[in-house]
Amino acid sequence: MSSASSDPGTHTRTYLTVFGALAILTVVTVTVGYMSLPVGAAIVVALSIASLKGALVASFFMHLISEQKPILWLLLLTLGLLLVLIFILIIAFYDHAGTIIVT
Amino acid sequence: METIPYTVTPREDTGLINAKLGIWLFLASEVMLFGGLFSAYIFLRLGAVSWPEGSSILNVPIGTFNTLVLIGSSVTMVLSWAALAEQRFDRFRLYLGLTMLLSLLFLVVKGFEYSEKFSHHLYPSSSSFMAIYFTLTGLHALHIIGGLVVNGYLWGPGSKMWASDPERFTNRVEIAGLYWHFVDLVWIFLFPVLYLL
Repeated sequence: MSSASSDPGTHTRTYLTVFGALAILTVVTVTVGYMSLPVGAAIVVALSIASLKGALVASFFMHLISEQKPILWLLLLTLGLLLVLIFILIIAFYDHAGTIIVT
Repeated sequence: METIPYTVTPREDTGLINAKLGIWLFLASEVMLFGGLFSAYIFLRLGAVSWPEGSSILNVPIGTFNTLVLIGSSVTMVLSWAALAEQRFDRFRLYLGLTMLLSLLFLVVKGFEYSEKFSHHLYPSSSSFMAIYFTLTGLHALHIIGGLVVNGYLWGPGSKMWASDPERFTNRVEIAGLYWHFVDLVWIFLFPVLYLL
């Protein structure tokens, strides 16, 4: 059993603190969205904040900080495969080898 | 009568109850499902001659509101499980009920957004942006409905198990919660990608 499972009562305050952090980060990402940053910078900022929020949800609400190793390895493998899935498409898009460029 | 093994005590080899390993395997497959669609979004956007800024088509304040609603539902979900672990069944009912109300509110707001798009003749066939918007948010909304069905069962008829096997029931709520937090997590990425970029 994870430590979070064995003693959930003491974690109530943590859950509420995480909720506050998630709400603040949501407001921050929307505020930055209105600042008309260049597309590249806007993508980096928005995805960084989303990743931070995602990490908070996974770590505290899904108890990953105290979860057993098999789950963590499974998730690591999944994230690796996800990156492969995304980057294969991006590489395929930018790979113009063999194409005929008509000028 | 022989029951399903490892619903309460962890298996020795994995150190986990079966249901927890099962839900995480399912969530891993869900990561790839949504990941494939996110890849489709990137691919469509890279190949497009021009791509609209999400905020020029979608309503950012409404999207922000719905994000906060879903985050709120995640908190009430985890609190409902914590209440069971503290033997507070009344509080469990309250928090899970709130979770369901917030999920319904999310769906109502989403429906309002959809109908607004339809009234402006914006359909999945209108553009690549609208196609991926409806696909991603539609699939996400189906997940919300699925979560509502499971949570509704645990709040209503399924809660009888609390009297007969409280530990197993608490684990069921934890497993349902893991799914619900994943649905929240997907929206955390969908919102900026579709509404803000």
